[in-house]
Amino acid sequence: MKAKNKRLVLITSLLATFFLGCILLFLNLRENLIYFYSPTEINESKTSKTEKIRVGGMVSKGSVKRELIMRDNEKLEKINFEITDFENSVQVNYIGILPDLFKEEQGVVVEGIFKNQIFLASKVLAKHDENYMPPEIKKMQLLKDNNDGS
Amino acid sequence: MNFFNLSSPNKFQKFSKRIYPWVSYGSVMFLFIGLFFSFFKSPPDYLQGESVRIMYIHVPAAWLSLQIYVVMAICSFVSLVYKHSLADIISRSCAPIGATYTFITLITGSIWGKPTWGTWWVWDARLTSELILFFIYIGHMIVSNSYEDYRKGDKNAAILTLVGIVNLPIIKWSVDWWNTLHQPASIMKLDSPSIDSEMLTPLFFMAISFFLIFLSIMLTRISTEIIVRKIEIIKSNF
Repeated sequence: MKAKNKRLVLITSLLATFFLGCILLFLNLRENLIYFYSPTEINESKTSKTEKIRVGGMVSKGSVKRELIMRDNEKLEKINFEITDFENSVQVNYIGILPDLFKEEQGVVVEGIFKNQIFLASKVLAKHDENYMPPEIKKMQLLKDNNDGS
Repeated sequence: MNFFNLSSPNKFQKFSKRIYPWVSYGSVMFLFIGLFFSFFKSPPDYLQGESVRIMYIHVPAAWLSLQIYVVMAICSFVSLVYKHSLADIISRSCAPIGATYTFITLITGSIWGKPTWGTWWVWDARLTSELILFFIYIGHMIVSNSYEDYRKGDKNAAILTLVGIVNLPIIKWSVDWWNTLHQPASIMKLDSPSIDSEMLTPLFFMAISFFLIFLSIMLTRISTEIIVRKIEIIKSNF
């Protein structure tokens, strides 16, 4: 065999072995790379409920309740809402400032701990989906949906 | 013109001189058209408002950051197997451009993330793997320049590039494989794009412009590198 072809075989087989190893490693570590859990996964107790975790899903329609509370002589907003993946849901309690994109029926990721079946969030992040459109088109879509529904 | 003739550095030099004006003027022209559409001829988003315009820089830069790596990976393979000097030169010329596009992706994403998500940075799979890509580019630049003999640097940098390919599918499909804060793909997917056509136009022009900017910088860097190596060879003969 020519030196050139020898190198071709050697490098190709080395790369193939390396990538195979990576795939095996990857399949085993896959679970550890999840950024947040869905309410269903929480329900099936895939995670221990005492440590700090993240839960993600849709804010249920009509579930957001806001109230003002006093703490250390400071006026704070306490927000209660429900996160759902349309199968299971999680009740969330949060004190603080919400991101601008936080809305009902929008994606959200919350970080915090469980206490008495209620999730006490220390951080709320709005999740943006892959849909981009101008406001007029969104309005038209909503109108169309309403007409289809009636 | 036979394509394989281009593998000779001298022929490549001639060819590159001929196409360079088209590429560089084209990049400026498309950049202006793209920016005009991005700022004046596209609507705000129904949810994000005006900050959607950051996407017209973020997304093309992210595409380029991956495409440039693919070019480098192919060149590294050719260089290791066939010991082709032009492949090394292309790889070396691409690395800083790729690093810059990756940096632009990370910075613009961060600026978009603050008003949209409510945070500058999260350690989710997409953001982390893109950051690793940035480190690989930087590593390539360090490795290829840290030997007295540039051939040794080229070889080790090529090995690093091939090992780093593992990261590419992770970046591309991280948003599908894991729950990430980053949204899944809007355009590069099997379904029809989930971006309004009015927003697709600026994105399209910006992508062409970014690609041409990459080409023109790459061509300049390649010609410089060819000249530098010729000088090295002449020096070593004395």
